[in-house]
Amino acid sequence: MSCDEKVDCGRRRLLVATATAGGVAGVAAAVPFVASMLPSERAKAAGAPVEVDISKLAPGQMMTVEWRGKPVWIINRTKEMLDAMTKIGDQLADPKSDKNMQPEYAKNATRSIKPEILVAVGICTHLGCSPTDKFKTGAESGVDPNWPGGFICPCHGSTFDLAGRVYKSKPAPDNLEIPPHMYLGDAKLIIGEDKKA
Amino acid sequence: MSKVNAILQGTLNWVDERFPLTSNWKAHLSEYYAPKNFNFWYFFGSLAMLVLVIQIVTGIFLTMHFKPDASLNASGVPVAFASVEYIMRDVSWGWLIRYMHSTGASAFFVVVYLHMFRGLLYGSYRKPRELIWLFGIGIFLCLMGEAFFGYLLPWGQMSFWGAQVIVNLFSAIPVIGPDLSIWLRGDYVVGDATLNRFFAFHVIAMPLVLLGLVGAHIIALHEVGSNNPDGVEIKKKKDANGIPLDGIPFHPYYTVKDIVGVVVFLFVFSIIVFFMPEGGGYFLEYNNFDPADPLKTPPHIAPVWYFTPYYSLLRAVTYPLLGIDAKFWGVVAMGAGTLIFAFLPWLDRSPVKSIRYRGPITKWLLSIWIVGFIPGAPVAQLLSVYYFLFFLTMPIWSSLDRCKPEPDRVTMK
Amino acid sequence: MKKFLTAILFAPILAFAAGATLHLDPAPDKATDMAALQNGAKIFVNYCLNCHSASYMRYNRLKDIGLSDAQIKDNLLFTADKVGEPMRIAMQRADAKVWFGAPPPDLTVIARARASEFGSGADWLYTYLRSFYRDESRPTGWNNAIFENVGMPHVLWELQGDQVMGPDHKLTLVKPGKMKPQEFDAAIGDLVGFLKYMGEPVGEFRKQLGVIVLIFLAVIFVFAYALKREYWKDVH
Repeated sequence: MSCDEKVDCGRRRLLVATATAGGVAGVAAAVPFVASMLPSERAKAAGAPVEVDISKLAPGQMMTVEWRGKPVWIINRTKEMLDAMTKIGDQLADPKSDKNMQPEYAKNATRSIKPEILVAVGICTHLGCSPTDKFKTGAESGVDPNWPGGFICPCHGSTFDLAGRVYKSKPAPDNLEIPPHMYLGDAKLIIGEDKKA
Repeated sequence: MSKVNAILQGTLNWVDERFPLTSNWKAHLSEYYAPKNFNFWYFFGSLAMLVLVIQIVTGIFLTMHFKPDASLNASGVPVAFASVEYIMRDVSWGWLIRYMHSTGASAFFVVVYLHMFRGLLYGSYRKPRELIWLFGIGIFLCLMGEAFFGYLLPWGQMSFWGAQVIVNLFSAIPVIGPDLSIWLRGDYVVGDATLNRFFAFHVIAMPLVLLGLVGAHIIALHEVGSNNPDGVEIKKKKDANGIPLDGIPFHPYYTVKDIVGVVVFLFVFSIIVFFMPEGGGYFLEYNNFDPADPLKTPPHIAPVWYFTPYYSLLRAVTYPLLGIDAKFWGVVAMGAGTLIFAFLPWLDRSPVKSIRYRGPITKWLLSIWIVGFIPGAPVAQLLSVYYFLFFLTMPIWSSLDRCKPEPDRVTMK
Repeated sequence: MKKFLTAILFAPILAFAAGATLHLDPAPDKATDMAALQNGAKIFVNYCLNCHSASYMRYNRLKDIGLSDAQIKDNLLFTADKVGEPMRIAMQRADAKVWFGAPPPDLTVIARARASEFGSGADWLYTYLRSFYRDESRPTGWNNAIFENVGMPHVLWELQGDQVMGPDHKLTLVKPGKMKPQEFDAAIGDLVGFLKYMGEPVGEFRKQLGVIVLIFLAVIFVFAYALKREYWKDVH
């Protein structure tokens, strides 16, 4: 900015200096107020990683644990279930899990660390309802004569397979989220924390 | 550059056709002519505005985390008390916001008392500024209510027993008193219902009234113009354009001056917030770190510092009168002691406004009157009587006093 | 006259508390001594946190005084499962009331609550915890020189030993404990240092930040004052 004759240069410099210092002070003062709306220590403690013992989870069974107030499903998938999943790739919206809905280590055919154990956040990616499990196959499931087992969302009918992958032409845009998790032992799982942390 | 200016000018025109932005800017800032001889005492009006903003902003953020709930949590602590400690520890920067709010409460009274005292010194309540003064008294009453309601919220021992005492004052009123105090509490003791309604008064009812009164105070001020330390009207001497000869535009002269005042104030404010937030037990009373216990009154119970003058008026009355006990008359004295300020514009009969030109009688009587505000001052009862006599006899002594002649124009000292 | 008025207006507000004075021993300042605070935390968790809770204090906050999550978990986490939980206790308040006459108070902010015109809360605690003496007329067998008829027994008596109060109201140690008097005073100093820290964990950071804020405001003052002078040179 040039100083022409009409403008008092000293005055302008002081104005700019005061306004800058005042502006910095204003922004600095705003930080605590904005930060105070972040999750508090209590919320963080409540949202801390959850340890789960899965030694009693029989094949074909599912258990639900709470992490950050959300249902997290842990499913011990049988060999039949895993086999059925491989045949439906063409019906799914994102069969290879290209979208970033899972950590790197779960970006595989079964969307899991151990092939049989699925850990997924049980919240539909459409509008946040929790889908219902429909593990029975075929007409018995009441979903579809060719149903290979999976989940159906009661709110708007989105369907997911047993890896949490969403079917094509359904309201939900994405596969179910896989939360960060890791194994502390053979049958001990921690949800909310992985090796990167 | 000129294109940017053109767009800005166009936008401004668009707004001005729909909303009086430029004319308001002129009327209240760039062409509001204030006397050029304001001194130190004239900072406290704008500082009171600043503290009001601090209290509202910090208050909004505290409301996000505070719970007005007197029931006990799993650890046996009242939820309200625990939620204050939650703010102090678990909420990011909650401690700073809370200390700003608690320090701001005391700072509010400091600047408002100095602001009022300025009015006393320079006769700012006199014609034609009676309404400004009355709106100001309204603001002060509102502020007292705001402070009283807010003080209950942390639900500590002092909160509880302070509210207990003040609410019980109303029970001194003959006939309806006892029922009135129960109605105010919503319970037979200060309890959960009381806490909840005080919260409502503190966060919405009082602030709404307060903001309305502050608006009226400023509109009235800008209608008649500011007084000044010489107490002479600058509007009496105008130049050819109708601009007061001793007036300068509020913006930029008093905006840049007030910014200096704001920075100095924030410096002092920060010293308290960051280095002595308890204010030696005066801003955050030590007893208030004990949760409220309705079964145990703390050994030392005293009002928070800004209420002490009224408290000493309350305690000064110890004789029953007309068959009604002393408690009632103490309450009357306390109420009258506050409201008597409202009559000042009509009690003061001095030919001059400012203390600078008033005589020795005024100066001595005013000085003795101020002594009465020192807590623990001797002869409290005598000073309380004097407090009222000072006002009631003002029409006589203010007109008798030997005043010096006022100057024609303001002086720059 | 003007000076007189100003002097009166700014006169310090006098405390008007009446009654007996209370002599308190000044507590040592441990605010920045991490080893002392850690020792204080250990004493607190072992001796106090059975009857008294500190329910606004989360275990993982102890990172402030130089402890890691793992250290907290291994050495201090007796009353909770996770380091994010607050220092609660299992004792029921109703039971406590029967045993002690009143439920033992939560100690999170005790160092702030016990401040008075006689000294800081730390001074009070430092004196109180060293002033227990034998008194067979009390149900617990203990009394305290600055807290008459206290409900709490002398929890640390094994460390301090037995004191008795003489007719001159002075306390004398009649039976030594596991610690020498100086060692015991140092341990109490650490414990009180921890209680003071726990009363306001942010206390030290608050002061550090305060210095930065004040320096910054001083810089703004220089600019603002120069700006005011610049404009006001036109006003005569």
